This record gives sequence, C-alpha cells and structure tokens, in this order.
Amino acid sequence: MTPARLIIRAIRRPGSIIHPFQRPVLLRLGGQRFNTTESHERPATTATATTSQKKQVRLTAESYPNIKRDSRFAKLTSEDVAHFSSICPVLSAESDDIEAFNTDWMRKYRGQTRLVLKPKSTADVSEILKYSNSRSLAVVPQGGNTGLVGGSVPIYDEIVISMNSMNNIRSFDPVSGILVCDAGVVLETADNYLADQGHIFPLDLGAKGSCHVGGNVATNAGGLRLLRYGSLHGTVLGVEAVLPDGTILDDLSTLRKNNTGYDLKQLFIGSEGTIGVITAVSIICPQRPSAQNVALFGVNTFEKVQETFIRAKRELGEILSAFELMDDTSQRCVAQVTGKKRPLDGEETKFYVLIETSGSNKEHDDEKLEKFLMALMEDETIADGVLAQDETQARNLWSWREGIPEVCGHWGGVYKYDVSIPLKELYSLVEDVKARFIEYGLLGEGEAVVDVVGYGHMGDSNLHLNVPVRSYDKRVEEVLEPFVYEWIQKRRGSISAEHGLGVAKREYVQYSRGETELSVMRSLKNHFDPKGIMNPYKYIKT
Amino acid sequence: MTSLRILVPIKRVIDYAVKPRVNATKTAVTTSGVKMSMNPFDELSIEESVRLRERHKGAVADILAFSAGPAKAADTLRTAMAMGADRALLVELDEKRAGESDLEPLAVAKLLKEVVNGEGCNMVICGKQSIDDDSGQTGQMLAGLLGWGQATQAAKVEVQGDEVLVTKEVDGGEEVVRVKLPAVVTTDLRLNEPRYATLPNIMKAKKKPMEKKTLADFNVEFKKRLETVEVIEPPPRQGGGKVDSVDGLISRLKELGAI
Repeated sequence: MTPARLIIRAIRRPGSIIHPFQRPVLLRLGGQRFNTTESHERPATTATATTSQKKQVRLTAESYPNIKRDSRFAKLTSEDVAHFSSICPVLSAESDDIEAFNTDWMRKYRGQTRLVLKPKSTADVSEILKYSNSRSLAVVPQGGNTGLVGGSVPIYDEIVISMNSMNNIRSFDPVSGILVCDAGVVLETADNYLADQGHIFPLDLGAKGSCHVGGNVATNAGGLRLLRYGSLHGTVLGVEAVLPDGTILDDLSTLRKNNTGYDLKQLFIGSEGTIGVITAVSIICPQRPSAQNVALFGVNTFEKVQETFIRAKRELGEILSAFELMDDTSQRCVAQVTGKKRPLDGEETKFYVLIETSGSNKEHDDEKLEKFLMALMEDETIADGVLAQDETQARNLWSWREGIPEVCGHWGGVYKYDVSIPLKELYSLVEDVKARFIEYGLLGEGEAVVDVVGYGHMGDSNLHLNVPVRSYDKRVEEVLEPFVYEWIQKRRGSISAEHGLGVAKREYVQYSRGETELSVMRSLKNHFDPKGIMNPYKYIKT
Repeated sequence: MTSLRILVPIKRVIDYAVKPRVNATKTAVTTSGVKMSMNPFDELSIEESVRLRERHKGAVADILAFSAGPAKAADTLRTAMAMGADRALLVELDEKRAGESDLEPLAVAKLLKEVVNGEGCNMVICGKQSIDDDSGQTGQMLAGLLGWGQATQAAKVEVQGDEVLVTKEVDGGEEVVRVKLPAVVTTDLRLNEPRYATLPNIMKAKKKPMEKKTLADFNVEFKKRLETVEVIEPPPRQGGGKVDSVDGLISRLKELGAI
C-alpha cells in the first residue's frame, strides 16, 4: 500500500471530515471482543460501552425473578473442577477473566458461573458432557458471545463451554465450494480464508469480527446476505454435534443431496444450544462476486417502496443482493448523532431504500442497475437517489443503514423488536406504535420516548422496530407490551425473526407458535436432553 | 472577477479501499479484475471546481475534466460530469504500445500544458498526487512549464478578483498563500467532502459532450525517463506478544532496545 493510501485510510476514520464512517469491525470491552451474533446489528458505540463499564451489570436472575434455579442441577464441587481440568484448560471462579463469559456484550445479562471450560476437540466436548450429564451439572455452550437475547451467558451457576479454542478450518473443496470447519472459527476468519479462494461465506453480519460460525448455526443467524444466499437451513450441509450424554452425532455431510431419513442437522440449526453442542459444520459457499454496486434512494410512500421491490426483483433479478428499508426518522437519527451530511440533500422523503447488487460482470451489472434506476426516476416511483461511484462511497451509503442500531441508543436506551410481518403491513407496526405513544403522551421533547424508528431487511419481510428512549420507563414498556406481540400474532408474524429466543423472548414464544408446536418442541428437547442440563431456563419453557 | 475556465485532470486508479497486489513478475501492481475508481484527490478537485461555481455565480465559465488513460477512463470522466463538470476530454492510451501504458509525471504535465493552451484554461485544479504512483509532481511541473504561479496542498480555496487565496495545512498551523491567475492549485485531503453522483445528474452527464483524442494529436515528446527496478509488497506485520507484568514489559522493551 502506498503511503498516500495509508494517509487516506487513517484520515477517513470516524470523526474526520472526509468520509467519517467506516464499518466498525469489533469492539473491545473488558478484554474480550464483543459484538452481535444473530443479526447484522451493531453493538453500542465504544464510548457508551466504556462509560457503563464501571457499573456492574444487573444479574439476570434479579431481572427475571420468576426464573428460579432448578434444584435438579447439582452444585459444582472441587472434585468436579479437578475432573474437568483433566479434560481441558479451564477458567475458575478466581480468575478475573471469568466475568467476560458471564456477561453479554450489551451488558444486559449477567450470569453467575464459576467455571469456564475451553475444549480443544470434539472428544473433549464429549467427555465434558458425559461427565456433566452423569453429575446433572447444567452447561451453557458459548461462541463469540455476541447474541442479542441473552442466550449465550448463564443465568445461575451453569458451566460455560467456550468454543474459542476449537478454531481450525478442517477442509475446503474449491470445486464444490464446501467448507468444513470447527464451530469456534470466527466468521470473518472463515470469510477471509474463503476470499483467498474466490469464495464467500453465505452469511454476513456486523459482528463478523467476533462471532463464531458454530454460534451462527446454533442461532440460525440471518444477516445481510440472506436475501441472496438464503438461510443457513439451506446452506449448511452438515453438522457435527455432541449430544448431552456425550454421544458424538457425526452428521458432517458434504453432500448437497441426501434423502435418507430425517434431516437431523436441521434440528441443531437454531436450537440455541438446548439439545447439544455443535462442534463443526459443513457449509456450501458461493463464488465471491467480483462486482458490487450500491444505490440509495428516497421514496415517498410505502406503496411505492413495494413497487420498487417488485421491480427490483424483476429487473435486477439474480444480481440483487440487498434491499434494505429505512424510514425518515432513522435517517434523521443517524444524521443527528453522527453529524454527517446526508447523501440525499433534496427534500426529505418518508422512506429510504438501499439496494446492493453483486455479480460477476461489472459492465453487465452497471447497465442493468442504471436502466432500472433511470426507469424508476422517470416515472417518479422514486423521488431522488444516488449511486456510489467507488468503494468508499458504497461503504458510506451502507453506514446509513448499518449505523441505525448504534445511534438509536444515543439518548440513553432503546427498546428493540426484531419481527417478521407480511410485507404489505411491514411498516404499519411502526405507525401504530407511534400513534400509541402519542395517545399516551409519552413521545416528544422532554418525554421518555425520543421517537419510533423502523428499518430492516425488506427483502426478507424482516422489520426492526426500535424505540429510542431517554431512560428505561415502566410506562413505555406497558404501552409496548403485549401490544407489539399481539399485533404480530394477529398477522401471523414472528416475534423474533433473526435474533432468536434466549432469555429475552422465551416468555413470548406463544405469540408465534401454537400449543401443538410447542409441545412437539418440548418432547424433542426431552428426548435429546432428559436431564435438561443444556442451556437451561431459555428458549422455550419446559 | 476573472471569468474562470477550469481544467481538472483526473486519473483512474485502483479503488483506494482495495488492497493492491503485486504481480508475479514484480514489475507492477495487478490491475486486471480489480475495482478501479477516480483518484480521491481528483474527486476533491472536481468538487472544489463545482463549489467555486456555486459560490461565485456566473464566475466559472467552464469546467473541463480531462483524463489520459484506457478506454474505461471514460466511465471516470462520466462520474466527474455527474458531479458537475461541463464536458470531458479523454486521451485514449493504447496500453499495448510501449510507453503509453504508464505516462510519467513530466509527460502528463506536457500533455496538460497543450490542453491548457488549446482550450484556453486559466486555472488548473488537480490532485496533489495520485494514490497509485504517489509521484506528487505533475501539478508543480505543469506550473513550471506554463510559467504560472502555483499553490499546492490546498485545504481551502478562495477566489478574489484575479487572485486565489489558498490555505494549506502545515506543521503547527495554517499557511495562506496568494497567487495571481492564471494558476495551478493542487488539492489536499481536507479541502472538501465530495458529493455523491445523484441519479438525475448521472442522467444529465450522459448527454454532456466527451471529446476523444490520442497521443498522436499532441505535439509532445513522451520519452521514458524513469525505470521501475522492482515492486514489492510491504513485509507482513509481526504479531504482538504478551507480557505478564509491568516489569516484564520494561525488560522486554530494554531487550528490544526501545528504551
């Protein structure tokens, strides 16, 4: 790299005048890397994280008084610690580092584990679970600890099984594009490895610098590439997992087709560590696109957003890789907090849409995209728009979408909902919630609620409803819940589109799942884990 | 105020966000299949010209974007016109002909001198350097060849009558220089924040005139004066190590001769 490039890079960091935003890769806090796993969402800024660092995070057991420690579980003894130490490296209660495994990155959940295990192989995990199961010691498998629903940290004294040390890439076949790797491989490491081979990991999210591939699979992470490459239920070809009794389930298939009986790996995708520990995955990776384009444009009504979406699918076809929706409030928040100049300086529109295309032929993509955008301009479906001319501009445009979760926390706190709603009514939720806050007199200058923000993956019918507040307030919660959940239930949506259940959503799962479904889930859980030692108190009530 | 006819030279380079790779023969950086964009300093030059027009109504008569490069440099010039340049001139280089693939700063300066004289420009705003070669010479050589004044590394540009006031960021503060028109101004990073190309402007840019020429149209001698000996990648960064205590840190630093 030439010195000038270095200078430009250095200068184009947050806070500088030119292009002040760069994708934050990871955030250091208390010595451990924190970031989000289940979504592309961003952690809070470093500044807010460090100021809150001094304050001890409230114990999850205190925040959720109705969750009582299960008396079936044994208490850890020194003999247990000695036995585990003979299997793999451990971190015991005396170590300062143990807090990082007890607390989630948002500093919302804190457990009370007294032991962290760091297995180095599948055999280690098997030994650990075999012993834990025989002793009825509860465990929590932990990846990059970047989840948003408190699923990766203990609540009481569950033993943490950290997958950090299982981080080998086992094999890659450049012909088929199939990657086999340990569960503890960091997503970005996997993606960089694939980039050198001309391939791409079919999942991308903001936390990629910290989150583990195994954790992504265990939580069925969605993220930014889902529209293009589909969910992990399609791309994951095989899973190696250790069952609660220590049995190793070797379903690490590298076959695209395998119609021989129940598809067991699917059960582990999104199981959040409740039926076993995923120790390795095989996943099919597409060719890395060599040409990318990003455009951002303003649209006046939600009807026109939908029309744009239909036409994007039709006219951009196979090169469309992202279709992200942002409302005017979200963009105002980003502008206000970051102080950046808005990309579209004309009259404000109600909605903004970010489109990304990925393909193999730049000229072909440019032509398609330009034709598409010009047609939309001409018939006034879109009001205004910009097209990134270089990589820096493309990243900057993305920052107006990716920066939203971060800036929403600026005023003191934020209530977050990650929901799936049929596309037609995707945005009505935001309007209805806003109307409710106005009705209750909670929104505005000096009131608890700053505003109601809606954005999300339009391409996946996935809306993020964020309510930035000046302080957490019981009255705000009462307006939001159960209203939001009931609203979603009425439309047969999902109360957790990509963030999962963890502790945060386990009380509300019935809004999206019927009693029959839940009872089948319970019997599955019971079948795999009759002693209930795997990640207890979370997911669904047993 | 003097009516300004501004020339903005533009270079198509490897996108600054892309990590350049050295080719197998170690003679150059690989450009095939790599994302190319406008040299960031040239983006600033275009932006500044357009802002001069916006600030001084009627004072800027013409903004000409110029490039010498492969046929695809036309895309870069279209971007310049979408940002606000009035017209473009492309000198298409034949990459296969010896000496044309990589024009040296002096050759570019001579070429620009011809363009300035041919087009009647009285101000040249150019990037202080291109991020691929980092020569940082063209603007100065051009001013010398033309016998014009020059103000380099501009962080702020003000036109007052027939003079240009240029603020430069120097160690410990700012330096303001005054230069009489006609003049060459080279741009530094913090001059402005280039605008995005909006869709309506991209459409308009398609209709703006772009003239194409070849080196043969210019009466300039393009002799190679520089020889590239070798191109190598910087050594990979060494990983960090951990020490157990402050004393450990101090002894390690002593060991390395750092303190």
